[in-house]
Amino acid sequence: MNFDDTPAEATFRAEVRAWIDANAPKELKADLESSGFGNMELKGVDPMAAAKAWQKKKAEAGWACLHWPKEYGGRGATPIERVIWGQEEAPYGALGGIFIIGQGMCGPTVMAFASEEQKRRYLPPLAAGEEVWCQLFSEPAGGSDLAGLRTRAEPAKDGSGDWIINGQKIWTSGAHYSDMAILITRTDPTVPKHKGLTMFFLSMKTPGIEIRPIKQANGQSGFNEVYFTDVRIPDAQRLGAVGDGWKVSLTTLMNERLSIGSGMSSGFPELFELCCRIETENGLAVDDPAVRSKLANWAVKTTGLKYTGFRALSALSRGETPGPENSIGKLVAGPAMQEIAMFAEDLQAQAGIISDPAIAAANGRFQAMLLRSPATRVEGGTDEILRNIIAERVLGLPGDIRVDKDVPFNQIPTSGRG
Amino acid sequence: MNFEFSDEQKQMGAEARRFLAAKCPTTAVRAVLESDQPYDQALWAGLAEMGFLGVVIPEEYGGLGLGYLELCVIAEEMGRALAPVPFSSSVFLATEFLLAAGSDAQKAAWLPKLAAGDAIGTFAHAERAGAVTPRTIQLVAAEGRLTGAKTAVPDGEIADFAIVAARSAPGSDSRGISLYLVELTQSAVTRTTLQTIDPSRGHARLDFAGAQAELLGAAGEGWSILEQVFDRAAILTAFEQIGGADRALEMGRDYALERMAFGRPIGSFQAIKHMLADMYVSATLARSNGYYGAWALSTGAAELPEAAATARVSATQAFQHCAKNNIQVHGGMGFTWAFDCHLFYRRSNLLALNLGSQSTWEDKLIARLRARNAA
Repeated sequence: MNFDDTPAEATFRAEVRAWIDANAPKELKADLESSGFGNMELKGVDPMAAAKAWQKKKAEAGWACLHWPKEYGGRGATPIERVIWGQEEAPYGALGGIFIIGQGMCGPTVMAFASEEQKRRYLPPLAAGEEVWCQLFSEPAGGSDLAGLRTRAEPAKDGSGDWIINGQKIWTSGAHYSDMAILITRTDPTVPKHKGLTMFFLSMKTPGIEIRPIKQANGQSGFNEVYFTDVRIPDAQRLGAVGDGWKVSLTTLMNERLSIGSGMSSGFPELFELCCRIETENGLAVDDPAVRSKLANWAVKTTGLKYTGFRALSALSRGETPGPENSIGKLVAGPAMQEIAMFAEDLQAQAGIISDPAIAAANGRFQAMLLRSPATRVEGGTDEILRNIIAERVLGLPGDIRVDKDVPFNQIPTSGRG
Repeated sequence: MNFEFSDEQKQMGAEARRFLAAKCPTTAVRAVLESDQPYDQALWAGLAEMGFLGVVIPEEYGGLGLGYLELCVIAEEMGRALAPVPFSSSVFLATEFLLAAGSDAQKAAWLPKLAAGDAIGTFAHAERAGAVTPRTIQLVAAEGRLTGAKTAVPDGEIADFAIVAARSAPGSDSRGISLYLVELTQSAVTRTTLQTIDPSRGHARLDFAGAQAELLGAAGEGWSILEQVFDRAAILTAFEQIGGADRALEMGRDYALERMAFGRPIGSFQAIKHMLADMYVSATLARSNGYYGAWALSTGAAELPEAAATARVSATQAFQHCAKNNIQVHGGMGFTWAFDCHLFYRRSNLLALNLGSQSTWEDKLIARLRARNAA
């Protein structure tokens, strides 16, 4: 048992390190390291331009989307090489945030279902960051129940074979700066909900698309509503067969769950640091047994996640598929982050009310964390959906009884029509 | 990155599991729990024959001379089976104290017997309720004789010898504590069997009336040796707890699949599914933290003290969580004597205390993280 690279991994790491050392935008390093919680603050630099420049540079040298085949803009690298790249790229990896959905989820879906010609046209610019993609999945009436989506795709009446899209998507990250998207729609409302869906890809510049940013509860805007009014998509941009959209979307979501190695932050190191500085009546907070007990609980969660990740990497290193234990990450880190923020606030007492980074302890980090953390427990699968996934796919417990499973979609009761 | 047990080590774990499945079903645990029989002697002899009692004991002393990773996989299986034998006392404590601080003569006298299962060893330090600190150790050592009492000594009724923490210099500080090797068969030692929360593992009070004892390790070094050995024992015990947690989770899962209520398996209700998912999360975190401890133990890493506290805190949480919620999943049946749930509940709460309480280990963990951050 050891944490060492194999000789081949060590050679690869050295090559990666040398290239990054020679090419990374070092002037941004300090700002990237102090950014967090959905905000990338780079002094005097446009984050989008910086992100695209770094991605382009990587692509030109063959370091973009490492695990993709070379002909689509990748490097044909192994999963463990991709992880090593990620470890070495930190903190510059934060610049790639706007590409994660496109490269992590849309790209693999296009790769699995588009024509060869389309793959050669769209994947290399996606890898190089020249075209940003988003994913048009969630809807106001379909969040956890994604298959309950209602955006319609109907054959055009002019006999062209095109599809006409009407409806609304929500929670679309980055729609306002995306060039392309994958879109899941309902093509047949008369069959049960999972069976009437079809997937497409399209340009976000297509006429009839309207994008409205959502102002979030914490005051920021990272997501959008996207409205479709008679948007026309050629049939050639369909991904998978008509009615197979659910199956296609599972490819997308599976790729989301396979991406590992990044490791979610729980905020524990920052809290520990705060406890070593903050004075109470009986000395430093970290010396108080009650504080220590709480800290120990979050410490073992944080360490446990770290080493769960290492176990997955070990499987990758041996060329195996990681086990299901990796599915616990967000379920542990999300609630921990929220509890840690609340406890850090409690330690600060009245002063914890102040969120101004210029005045608040740790530059207002815990206040920002407090206000952002509710989203972490919802986005990409709520805590409750994640528990269902563990219970059903890992422990083998029965799926929920789904009263709408065999009912034609247009006869399922909804909040709107009761 | 190779943060995993080797195929050979896993094979050894599988072998131990097969052996224990055959020789230590829960009926064997109950046989000890429900009678005056202090431990399962046939199982103990079988474990000795398999070599499991001397995994890390060097070959020159009759052991297998293997490493701690091998011992960790066996410890997990012992925990899974709730083995009613003095394994942790003899292997995690007595053997470790001898290896850490024993003289050549002491090792030669006892390690071969421990490896063969011909002798049982244990460790005694607690004297009263509350966390054991240097101040609480008041059993007196003078001129090679011990006077005083120790309580809740694991396997104190059956052990041939004990390592005893005693006060060799008056006062309350840790430098006045030394360790002694004491044969428990002498007439100056009185053993009293105690009624405990888990009768499948015996505990006794030991009274020493001028009992003959020989120093183990240097005088005044007792507390520091104790801390080192407890760190090692904490990691090994963590694997015992991980094994128990996994089995309790499996029992809960199996019952949820089979038990019908309101016309469907109870495992189809989200309240039950989510409880079991949370048990899986605890067990997974504990396993990963246990691997961290196993790595530190097997490599002698400088991080061993914090890895030990991490593994210990996490494993205690997981086993207690899984054992108590296994009863909850079983509902009323889980609270019957006939169902095995209480065996795991009892053991999880015993193991949560046997090397010091959870709050003691939480405190150690944070103190150690702080020391590392300051360094």
